[in-house]
Amino acid sequence: MDDAAEPVIELEIPARAEYVGLARLVVSSLASARRALADDRLDDLKLAVSEACTNAIEAHVDRAVDDRVMVRWSERGDRLEVRIEDRGAGFDPSQLPEHPPVTDPERLNFERGLGIPLIRTLVDDVAFDPSESGTSVRITMFCGPAGDVDGDSSDD
Amino acid sequence: MDLGLDVTEHGATTVLAVRGEVDVYTAPRLREKLVELVSQGKHNIVVDLEAVDFLDSTGLGVLVGGLKRLRSHDGDLSLVCTQHRILKVFEITGLTKVFAIHDSVDAAVAG
Repeated sequence: MDDAAEPVIELEIPARAEYVGLARLVVSSLASARRALADDRLDDLKLAVSEACTNAIEAHVDRAVDDRVMVRWSERGDRLEVRIEDRGAGFDPSQLPEHPPVTDPERLNFERGLGIPLIRTLVDDVAFDPSESGTSVRITMFCGPAGDVDGDSSDD
Repeated sequence: MDLGLDVTEHGATTVLAVRGEVDVYTAPRLREKLVELVSQGKHNIVVDLEAVDFLDSTGLGVLVGGLKRLRSHDGDLSLVCTQHRILKVFEITGLTKVFAIHDSVDAAVAG
């Protein structure tokens, strides 16, 4: 992982809920200033970053660590990458419980666990890298105004 | 970051108009308001999302919790939303099949 030559913008936020809004504002403003994404894709990135920061902050709260959550922005060729790094217990998305189908009345017992499926759907690529020292979530968006990557259904 | 919560009565239906951004910071206030309304005996609630700029999974969770609470009182919680970017969040999570989503407050109140 050689990203020494890559220009990176870093934002450190205190692990408190009130800073999630700031993180998504900074990331969406950067994407907007760079004209990197069409408006609807910018909304997708904003929501995905918000979800990832929410998880990171909750991971710190759960573990009662004071460390800040790191948000790193970088651009490489035709893609932009946002990494959200926390010092929580290490989150493995494959351990998430399955939700019952939406038509099942039991579905109403699940108020949580929607963030990860949202991130996976909204962005072009996401990688979760949990370790004992925390979790790194790497979100990738391919740039370009149209934003219709192959396989996307956009007919609505 | 402000969250606006305005309550109006429309016959037997209570309309809760939400304004601003619903996320992990503001969602607890939405939850408290819904709990308060239910405890006041308001069992038919329409949540108007037309003035919401941003809604994430924390907000969805609060709405799911509200619906569950109201169903346990034989009530209901429906939504007003025509904004594409907000509707998209319900579509991705499959919650369009869980909530009745209307185009206007009038349509929601009429059921």
